Amino acid sequence: MDFQLSEEHRMAQKMVRDFAAKEVIPVIQEWDSKQEMAPHFLPRMGELGIMGINIPVKYGGQGFDYITLGLVCEELEYADSSLRVVMSVHMGLNSMAVLQWGTEDQKQRFLVPQAKGEKVAAFGLTEPDAGSDVAAMTATAVKDGNEYILNGEKMWISLATKADHTLVVCRTDMNADKPTSGMTAFMVENARDGVTSGDIHGKLGVRAGSTGWVNMQDVRIPEENRIGEEGEGFKISMSCLDNGRYTVAAGATGLIKASLDASVKYAQERKTFGVQIAEHQLIQQKIAHMHRDHEMAQLLYLKAGWKKNLGERNTRETSLAKWFATEASFNAASEAVQIHGAYGYSDEYPVERFLRNSKGAVIYEGTNEIHQLVQAAYAFGWRKDRPLRKELPAFDPDVWQE
Amino acid sequence: MKIVVCVKQVPDSAAAIVVEDGKVNWGDAPIVINPWDEYAVEAALQLTEKYGGDVVALSMGGDKAKEALKHALAMGCSEAILINDPELAEMDASGAAKVLAAGIQKVGDVEMAIFGKQAIDNDTGVTPAMTARVLGWPMISLISAVENIADGSIKAKRFMEEGNQIFESKLPAVASIVKDYSDPRYPSFMGIRKASRAEIPNLTAGDLGISKPENKVKWFGVDNPPVRDITNEKIEGETPEEIAANLVSKIMEEKVL
Amino acid sequence: MAKILVFIDQYKGEAGMASWEALLAGKMLADKLGGGLSAVIVGSGVEALANTAFHYGAEEVFLADDVSLADYRAEAYALGLAKATEAADPEVVLFPTTTRGRELAAMLAIDTDSGVLVDATEMDVEDGAVVATRPIYAGKVIAKVKCEAKPQIITLRARAFGKPEADESLSGNITKLDGLMAEADIATKVLDTEMVEGGVSLTDANVIVSGGRGVSNNAGLEVPGDITDEKEIEIWKATQGFGLIQELADVLDAAVGASRAAVDANYISYAHQVGQTGKTVAPDLYIACGISGAIQHMAGMRSSKVLVAINKDGDAPVFKEARYGVVGDLFDVLPAITAEFKKQLGK
Repeated sequence: MDFQLSEEHRMAQKMVRDFAAKEVIPVIQEWDSKQEMAPHFLPRMGELGIMGINIPVKYGGQGFDYITLGLVCEELEYADSSLRVVMSVHMGLNSMAVLQWGTEDQKQRFLVPQAKGEKVAAFGLTEPDAGSDVAAMTATAVKDGNEYILNGEKMWISLATKADHTLVVCRTDMNADKPTSGMTAFMVENARDGVTSGDIHGKLGVRAGSTGWVNMQDVRIPEENRIGEEGEGFKISMSCLDNGRYTVAAGATGLIKASLDASVKYAQERKTFGVQIAEHQLIQQKIAHMHRDHEMAQLLYLKAGWKKNLGERNTRETSLAKWFATEASFNAASEAVQIHGAYGYSDEYPVERFLRNSKGAVIYEGTNEIHQLVQAAYAFGWRKDRPLRKELPAFDPDVWQE
Repeated sequence: MKIVVCVKQVPDSAAAIVVEDGKVNWGDAPIVINPWDEYAVEAALQLTEKYGGDVVALSMGGDKAKEALKHALAMGCSEAILINDPELAEMDASGAAKVLAAGIQKVGDVEMAIFGKQAIDNDTGVTPAMTARVLGWPMISLISAVENIADGSIKAKRFMEEGNQIFESKLPAVASIVKDYSDPRYPSFMGIRKASRAEIPNLTAGDLGISKPENKVKWFGVDNPPVRDITNEKIEGETPEEIAANLVSKIMEEKVL
Repeated sequence: MAKILVFIDQYKGEAGMASWEALLAGKMLADKLGGGLSAVIVGSGVEALANTAFHYGAEEVFLADDVSLADYRAEAYALGLAKATEAADPEVVLFPTTTRGRELAAMLAIDTDSGVLVDATEMDVEDGAVVATRPIYAGKVIAKVKCEAKPQIITLRARAFGKPEADESLSGNITKLDGLMAEADIATKVLDTEMVEGGVSLTDANVIVSGGRGVSNNAGLEVPGDITDEKEIEIWKATQGFGLIQELADVLDAAVGASRAAVDANYISYAHQVGQTGKTVAPDLYIACGISGAIQHMAGMRSSKVLVAINKDGDAPVFKEARYGVVGDLFDVLPAITAEFKKQLGK
C-alpha cells in the first residue's frame, strides 16, 4: 500500500493548477455570466497537451497514466466545471473509447488528432426522450452498401457545437431481443452533410461550458467509422461511462476543494459579533465536513484510477466515486454559500457558481439514484461484470511512452 | 551556445510568513522555484531555441533545491546540476556568488550565465552582479529583450530607472532577466516526465575545487516586523461628494501632503 | 580620515533624492563613528554635482569623470568606484538602493572582498560597526545584519532615513581619480537609450495612487461601439479607471502604482507594479483603488504612513491595513476626491 503520488503526478498536477490559476480563474466569472465558453480555453488545453494527457505518445498523447487524468480533472474543476466537462467528453467518453474499442486505422484517424487537441471530441447517447432509460433511444443507423445512414437527435451533448468528432450510439437492429443488443456506436465527423448542432441556453450551471444538441438527417458515414461490432453499442457506451464518470468523480473532488478553500478564506476575513466567523463552531463543523468529503472523494477516485492503471474492471468503484463525490460537492458548495451568507448568494464571490455547477453532475453520467441502484445490486450480488471483448488497456509506461 | 541558468528554491510568494522561535516559518506553503528565475529559464530556453545550444540549470542547496531544478528541466533545460554540500550551507550572497561562479566554470564553455532579478526570500538581488565580478565577465542586468547574438556578442535591451538602454556586450557575460522579457512557459508534460526521471548530480566543494568562502555578512537573527497599530476608519457619506469631503479632510489632518 | 563614503547615483548629470538621503544617513553614521563624510561621483561632465553633494553634507568628493563614463556601464563604473574606495579607505560605503546602486555595491563587495547589506531601513552602531535592519521576504520578516569585513557596504532604502536639506553655504574638496577604464577595454557599448515618459518615480514618491483589477470593474461605463472584443473592452474600461487615478495623481504630484493583477491583465505597464515581484515603496500617503490587498501587494507597500483603500467589496483584505477605507465604486468616488483635493489644496 502506498498513498504517495509520484513526482510525475505532482508536477503534472501543479502544471495544470498553474494554468487554471493564471488563465482561467481570473476570467471565468465573466464567461460564466455571458453563458459562453471562453474561446481560448480549448486551444490552450490542446496546446498544453491536457487534451491528450493519458493517451499513449504513439497516438499523439502525453503518455501519462489514468491517475494523472483524475488529478488533471480535479485541478480543472477547481477552477470551473466547464473545463472538466471538456475532459469528460473529449477524453473519458470519446478518446478513451477509441483507445479501448477502436481499430488501428480508427486510432490513427480519430485518436491521434484528438489527443493532440487538433480535433475536439464529443459523445452522443442521450436523446430528448431517452436519458437513464437508454432503451428508449430512437436514433437509427441503416446499412446501405459500405455506408450507414444515420438519423435522429442527440440532446444534452457537451461540446455539441465545438466538437469535430462525435461518438454516437444508434439503433441498428429494431427487432433485437433486447433493445440494448440492437445498438451500434459510430464516430460521426460533425462536418458531414446532414449534421447540425446548436447550444442550449438557460442552464442552471456550467454556463461557461457548451451544451447542446446534435441532429442527424440522412447522414452517410463509411463503415470504417463504426466503432466495435454491430450490436455492441450499448456495451461500448457503458464502458465509456466508466471513464466519463471517473472524470466527473475527480472533478467533483476539485469542486469540494474549491468550496473548502473559498470558505476557509472567507471565514477568516468575515467578522460577526466581534470575532472572525471561523471562531463559530457551526462554521467549523461545515469546514470539517468539507475537508472530510474532499479526502474521501479523492481516495475513492484515486482507487478507481489505480484499478484502471492495472487494467482491472472498475465499474463498481467508479460508480461509487462518482456518486459520493458529486453528492458531496453539491453539499460542499451549498455549505460554502451558507458560510458566505448573503455575499455567497451574489456573484461577487465564486461560491454561487460552485453551487450551480455542482448540480449537473448529480444528474448526468448516471443520476445518483441510478448509482445507488448499481451499488445495491453489487452488494446483493445481483450485478456481476462480465469480461468485455476489448478491455480498457492497462497502463504500461513502456507502451504508453514509446 | 551553452547557457547556465541559476535557480533557487523559495517559499511561494503567497505564503503567510512569520518568525517563530527565531526562525522563518512559512507553514505548509509550497516551496517553489523563485518566480524571477522562471523568467531567467524562459529567456535561456528562447535564446537556445533561436541560436542553438543547451541550457544547464544550476542551483545550490540541500535536496529541496532539486525541486527548482526539476521545474527548470520540465520547462526544457537539458541538464541540471545541484551544488549540494553541507560544508557550503548558510552562505551569504558573496559566498554564494563564489560557489556559483565555480559551478559555472565547472560546466565549462559557458557563453551566458542567466539569473532572475532577485530571490524573493532574502531579497538581496546582488548575487548576479557578484557572480559576474568573480568570473570577471560583464554584468548585463535587467534584460527585457535580446535583439541578436552573433560573433561572441549580444545586443539587447536593459531596464534602468530612467528608461531602457540598448547595448552591445561581449560574451561570456552574466545577465539578469526582468518580467518584460516574456511570460515563462508551463512545464510540458513530456518535460515533466523527463524531469521526474532525471538523476540530478550533486557536486561538492571538493568537486568544484573550492573551500567554503568566508561569510562577510553576519546575521543576528530575524524577527516579525513591528505590528502597526492601525485604527481602521470607514469613511461614509450620502453622496460621493460627501464621502470625498470627509476623506480629504481626514487626509489633510494627517499632514502628509 | 574618510570614514564614510557615499555613492551618488547620477544619470546624465542628475541624481535623485535617494542619493542625498544616503548622504544624510552617512552624516548620521559619521557623527557616531567619528569620521568624515565623503561622496563618490562617477560619470562624464558631472563635476557640478559635486557642489550639490557638498550642499548635502559631503566634505570631500571623489570624482571619476571621463567621457567613457557618459553612459552607464557596470564594469566601467565599478572600476571608478573601486578607485574611489581605494583612495578614501572608508569604513563604510553607502549606496541608495537603486538599480545601479545595488549592482555596484555588489561588485564593490567582490572587489574589496567584503559583503553587502542590501536595502537597509535602519542603521545602528554597535562596537564601532553598523548593524542594519533590512526587510526580507518582501518585508514580511525583518533581519538584523552586520558586515564583518572592511569596508562595510550598505545600500539604503529610499525614504527610510529622513529628508535631507541642502545648505548652499557648504563646500569641500574635490579629488579627481585617474586610472579609469579606456573605452577599448570596456566590453559593453551603449547603442541607444529610450527614456521613459516623465512622471513621478514610484520609489521617490511622497504620494502614490494605485489601481488594481477593480479598475476595469464598472458595468455602468458606456463602451464605444467599435470595441467589441471582450479583452479590449476590459482594457478600455481599465484605461478609463487608470485615467481617473492619473487625474488624482496629477493633483497630488503623486506616482501611479498598480497591483500585479492589473499588470498581468495588461492594464498598465510593469514599471508601475508595487509588491513582492514589483517595487517596494514607502510613501507618506498610499491610495489603493480597486485593489483587494493580496499578501504580495501588501508586502510592497506596508511601510506607507497613511494607507487609504477604496474598494467595492467591504470585506477586501486591504481594509484591514487601511487607515481610511471607502467602500464604494472608484468610478464614482475618485472624481469627487480629485475635485475635493483641488479645492482644499487650492489648485
